[in-house]
Amino acid sequence: MEATIEVSRLRKRFGPVVALDGMSFTVPPGQVTGFVGPNGAGKSTTMRVILGLDAPDEGSALIGGRLYRSLRRPLSHVGSLLDAAALQPSRSARSHLLWLAHSQGLTARRVDEVIEQAGLQGAVRRKAGGYSLGMRQRLGIAAAMLGDPPVLLFDEPFNGMDPEGIVWMRGFLRSLAGQGRAVLVSSHLMSELQDAADRLVVVGRGAVIADTGVADLITAASGGRVTLRTDARTEAMTVLAHAGATVTVTGRDTLTVSGLPAERVVAALGESAVPFSEVSALRATLEEAYMELTRDAVEFRASAIAGSEEAGR
Amino acid sequence: MTTGTITPYRSTLETGRDGFPQLLRAEWTKFRSVRGWVIGMVIAALVMVLLGLFAAGNGSIGCNSGPGTPTRTGRACVPPIPLGPDGRAVTDSFYFVHQPLTGNGSITARLTSMTGRYGTGGFPGGQGPSLPYRGLQPWSKAGVIIKQSIKPGSAYAAVMLTGSHGVRMQYDYTQDIAGPAGAVSAASPRWLRLTRSGNSITAYESADGTHWARVGAAHLAGLPATVQAGVFVTSPQHTVTTQSIGGRTSSTGGPSLATAVFDRVSLVGARSSGGWAGDNVGAGNSALLGGFRQAGGVFTVRGSGDVAPALPDRVGGSFPSATIEQHLVGAFAGLIVMAVVAAMFITAEYRRGLIRLTLAASPRRSRVLAAKALVIGSVTFVAGLAAAIIAVTIGVRLARAKGFYVFPVTALTEVRVVAGTAALLAVAAVLALAVGVILRRSAAAVAVVTVAIVLPYVLAVASVLPAGAADWLLRLTPAAGFAIQQSLHAYAQVAASYTPTAGYFPLAPWAGFAVLCGYAAAAVGVALLLLRRRDA
Repeated sequence: MEATIEVSRLRKRFGPVVALDGMSFTVPPGQVTGFVGPNGAGKSTTMRVILGLDAPDEGSALIGGRLYRSLRRPLSHVGSLLDAAALQPSRSARSHLLWLAHSQGLTARRVDEVIEQAGLQGAVRRKAGGYSLGMRQRLGIAAAMLGDPPVLLFDEPFNGMDPEGIVWMRGFLRSLAGQGRAVLVSSHLMSELQDAADRLVVVGRGAVIADTGVADLITAASGGRVTLRTDARTEAMTVLAHAGATVTVTGRDTLTVSGLPAERVVAALGESAVPFSEVSALRATLEEAYMELTRDAVEFRASAIAGSEEAGR
Repeated sequence: MTTGTITPYRSTLETGRDGFPQLLRAEWTKFRSVRGWVIGMVIAALVMVLLGLFAAGNGSIGCNSGPGTPTRTGRACVPPIPLGPDGRAVTDSFYFVHQPLTGNGSITARLTSMTGRYGTGGFPGGQGPSLPYRGLQPWSKAGVIIKQSIKPGSAYAAVMLTGSHGVRMQYDYTQDIAGPAGAVSAASPRWLRLTRSGNSITAYESADGTHWARVGAAHLAGLPATVQAGVFVTSPQHTVTTQSIGGRTSSTGGPSLATAVFDRVSLVGARSSGGWAGDNVGAGNSALLGGFRQAGGVFTVRGSGDVAPALPDRVGGSFPSATIEQHLVGAFAGLIVMAVVAAMFITAEYRRGLIRLTLAASPRRSRVLAAKALVIGSVTFVAGLAAAIIAVTIGVRLARAKGFYVFPVTALTEVRVVAGTAALLAVAAVLALAVGVILRRSAAAVAVVTVAIVLPYVLAVASVLPAGAADWLLRLTPAAGFAIQQSLHAYAQVAASYTPTAGYFPLAPWAGFAVLCGYAAAAVGVALLLLRRRDA
């Protein structure tokens, strides 16, 4: 129970803006839980509520069954990175970690350990204000790891990272989960979580839209569709429509077929001797699955409220 | 990928201690690791010291004995300042008609008339002051006195009638006991008597010379066997305080002279054979001298001056002097710089969002504010204390070297003034921190603190405002805390300009400091409430 986050029925308004509207999910240990949704969906607000920084109007967020505010030495229970820019620019990176360590009764030796873990050796005597966003993210990761916590929260940790950093971050997140930690990672870009997250909590308008494994989500989004590549486009459409499929033209020589499994598409085309060069089951990207799920939330945001995220900051 | 197969992570890290000392250490690490803040505190201390020393170094004393003679400076120009029995500077100038008195005895006199004249400072014709106006000064004095010797500053006890404060017993310059009110005339004379018994002197007053009422008693330690006893008259500088339309307060004045008529003067006890002698005690080179006439047992005595503690801003009685707190005038400037650092100690966290990390690390928010207040308060106190000690030590030495009389203070008062200044800065810093929490903007917080503390102080002491308004500012605003710097004592029995400009605060030192603390406590209270209620 220690290494779980339980968010239940959180509601919170910022003035007229509903930031959280019944947000509920659980972050289990040993997994990377992706926390995705468009900007303004309530991800950051939820994280602040989990950390006891914002008070919810209703509902609760518990760490291992306890409120964050009741934790002693909280950084040894929960490590977090909310905003990589949240540092005093004129303070050195090492001093930044040092005061944080002191607040938890930890020593300078632990500071050096996390510096190494985050790959920041050699740069820690410099003022943090001179750090690139990517380096600040690493510094934030180091801060989150100070107390060696079983629960970790990262808000948009991929922001500002170069491709090499993104790969490092994915591996890092995976290794944390592999150690049995509960890891919650928010992102507004699904692609960043590809290959990193085991589970996805998709949110929009302050509530959970989907809470599912990554594989399940992709399967669902693929919807049994088949991609067909053929020079005889018209004939193929006629044959397949006759066989009961819905066919859409997606390119000069490609069609997308739904309502008919791939093997039956092949059989139908074979019976009518329609030539084709490729038939494959379409596999949706995570991005597409996500777009599908959050379309409503995005529309809502575009039409009505453009500022819940800002109001929440 | 089900939780059942996962072993939740358990840290092998040795858990640290979680308590207020850890939080204090964290906040101290925060403070010392921002070089700008440390430099800011050093600058604040330097500003304090330099302004204080400038105040001391700025003054100079010079005098010229006449054409062709070299200008002399410093001590050579200043007549020696009499020191009272307790070593403090006093004013001791009066006309004394006296005889020696050995052992126990008494002096009695009947006062039948007391009149005065005063001028506005003109000395027409260079022949001495002109005294065109009739009237006594409130603290003109005529009565009987027993004094150790005619040396200015020696111990004494006297019972006297004053210009408008009735009968008083006064002794050793600072002590004052009120007797019956009222004036004197030929129809209703005043009998005054002092009796000596050992080192005790008791004062009596009577309307008829038969029924005596005790006014008070004094114990004058170390009084010699033979003392001087007799009648005396003196009259302090006439002062008029005017307030112009612009609010500026100015004092003008001139010399005054009191004339008293005594009869039935009797000295009882072992006396020498000589008669009455008259002396201008402590007249120095004053242009206005007293004198006396004796005819048929009636003494007509004229005198000018005062017998009182010396004050720095006494019009007419002024002499080149300095107070220890004059070297701490830079405190207000240091305070502004320190308030900037103190406000930024929290507002920088709000600005960068760092406050979230702070509160995530220490969810008990009141403790965070307490730790921050303690750290910034201590840092400010130490910086302020160092600056105050340096400024006062060097400043006093400089002032003395230049010939200024530095008003002595007791060790306890010096500690109160110096450490109190540091405490004033520390409390102001905590106030700035609290306002920083409330407003979350450094510029706004610094503006509030400056307007609340420094502006009223500067307005009040720079004599921009009428004295009454200045007094109210220093009672009601946090600037009242500057009262902790006052080392001077205000005497009810000495007419002087007890204004903030002259270094006198309307509230007692600790009372003024308490006002500032009250504001700081209120701000901390509001800050705590908001810090706990608001989303971070």
